[in-house]
Amino acid sequence: MDKLIYMDNAATTRVLPEVLEAMKPYFTEDFWNPASAYKTAGETAKKIEEAREVIAKAIGAQGKEIFFTAGGSESDNWAIKGVADALKDKGNHIITTKIEHHAVLHTCEFLEKHGYEVTYLPVDENGLVSPEELEKAIKPTTILVSIMFANNEIGTIEPIKELGKIAHDHGIYFHTDAVQAFGHEKIDVNEMNIDLLSSSAHKLNGPKGIGFLYIRKGVKLSNLIHGGGQENGRRAGTTNSAGVIGYAKATEIALERMEKRSSYEKKLRDKLIDRVLAEIPYTRLNGHREQRLSNNVSFCFRFIEGESLLIMLNQKGICASSGSACTSGSLDPSHVLLAIGLPHEIAHGSVRLTLSEDTTEEDIDYIAESLKQIVDRLRSMSPLYEDFVKKHKEA
Amino acid sequence: MSQVTEYSEKVMDHFTNPRNMGEIENAAGVGTVGNAKCGDIMRMYLDIDESGIVREAKFKTFGCGAAVATSSMATELVKGKTVQEALEVTNKAVMEALDGLPPVKVHCSLLAEQAIHAALWDYAEKNGITIEGLKPPVNDIDETEEFYRMQGE
Repeated sequence: MDKLIYMDNAATTRVLPEVLEAMKPYFTEDFWNPASAYKTAGETAKKIEEAREVIAKAIGAQGKEIFFTAGGSESDNWAIKGVADALKDKGNHIITTKIEHHAVLHTCEFLEKHGYEVTYLPVDENGLVSPEELEKAIKPTTILVSIMFANNEIGTIEPIKELGKIAHDHGIYFHTDAVQAFGHEKIDVNEMNIDLLSSSAHKLNGPKGIGFLYIRKGVKLSNLIHGGGQENGRRAGTTNSAGVIGYAKATEIALERMEKRSSYEKKLRDKLIDRVLAEIPYTRLNGHREQRLSNNVSFCFRFIEGESLLIMLNQKGICASSGSACTSGSLDPSHVLLAIGLPHEIAHGSVRLTLSEDTTEEDIDYIAESLKQIVDRLRSMSPLYEDFVKKHKEA
Repeated sequence: MSQVTEYSEKVMDHFTNPRNMGEIENAAGVGTVGNAKCGDIMRMYLDIDESGIVREAKFKTFGCGAAVATSSMATELVKGKTVQEALEVTNKAVMEALDGLPPVKVHCSLLAEQAIHAALWDYAEKNGITIEGLKPPVNDIDETEEFYRMQGE
């Protein structure tokens, strides 16, 4: 296989060479523990504070409101468990949605086992959360609303500003899992009424193993990782200096290129969507047509199953992912596809293709052609398609 | 797709170049098993001659790589066998012939065994005979029709 087209940038991205270069010295030369007392360590600590400022500025926050973690999952866990614990005397009700990442959903399920009550808001067929539904779900005991900025599977961008305002009107904290959005979409925590925000560096060409939680000044939140006094006494663990430096560099580059990159990605995204919908019958686009991440394409092809599709795409050098049960090891297809109202069988035939600025127009044409051939082939093997064709012949 | 990388070479071969894929018109026996909800449906066609020998076997499958491979292997294993011998092709035999399956995919081999049984059941019913040891098949399909009616298709 000589050609490899990476279309799984929502899963992770490659570290940019500039980011790697910025990180390198912190492994071998500036390896000091930034919490140590000697001067060289102090210099590393200073660099980390500069990096914190860069990241804070990217969302309109203050440096002291940014707390580094090991990634998106830890940030989500911290935000939700931290508020649940800190406000347990005020209430025990949390509102989230049916389409959150498992880092949020499983954390909420954990809390349910410990006496908390969780409302999972439904979404419409495009994956949008309705502000009215949020308003209706609020109770006197509600202590947190957690709604993702953009969905990782179907790319739909939620009306965060509006949803955040509803939470604030009721004096409730608003958390957003922005793992797919930070560095890709414009975010302003003040304008958008966000109190807590999770992000992870490896989704924006930074390294794996580093994330942050934005905690608005004054927000009450218990600690999750106990130990040393790092991160202003809020998150224990020796600072991942190289990770933080790489994160800041990746953020800087992402912001600088955001506009250009997003319009380039959108052009390719729309080309792929338009071609596939026009050329492959019985295909459905998942997620909102316009209000979606610039790099996300998600289809369901009727009568075929996602894992087979992924293997065949892989044989043609295309790396993608699927919400099919067979790729996750469970019997149920993606909870997101079920939440937007798809029957199991349709949800099994899903494929997610997430591009980057490295994707070319030729790649898009090659992918569209490959999908056509593969879907044709798998349909020719499908008893469901056979039944469908026979039925339509009779009709 | 962790378990995909665990597929044996034989599984990949039978997925990429499935044997006996297709339909048999006016087949002696046709059986469909599985459930679209779980993501696997197998249909097996058998051509059986007067002496009760499986002359031809074909399949169509909606499902994962393992589902396609087990269907393909099952058709290979029943070809040339008597009805009674075909009934004895177990999921274990299908799995062994494929050099094994990842644990989460074992159910695919069970489905292949059931597909053989369902096709034999259909053959027995059409011919008014009883095949010793054969149980009636179970199949259930699905919620999709309703969804597309709702979408106005």
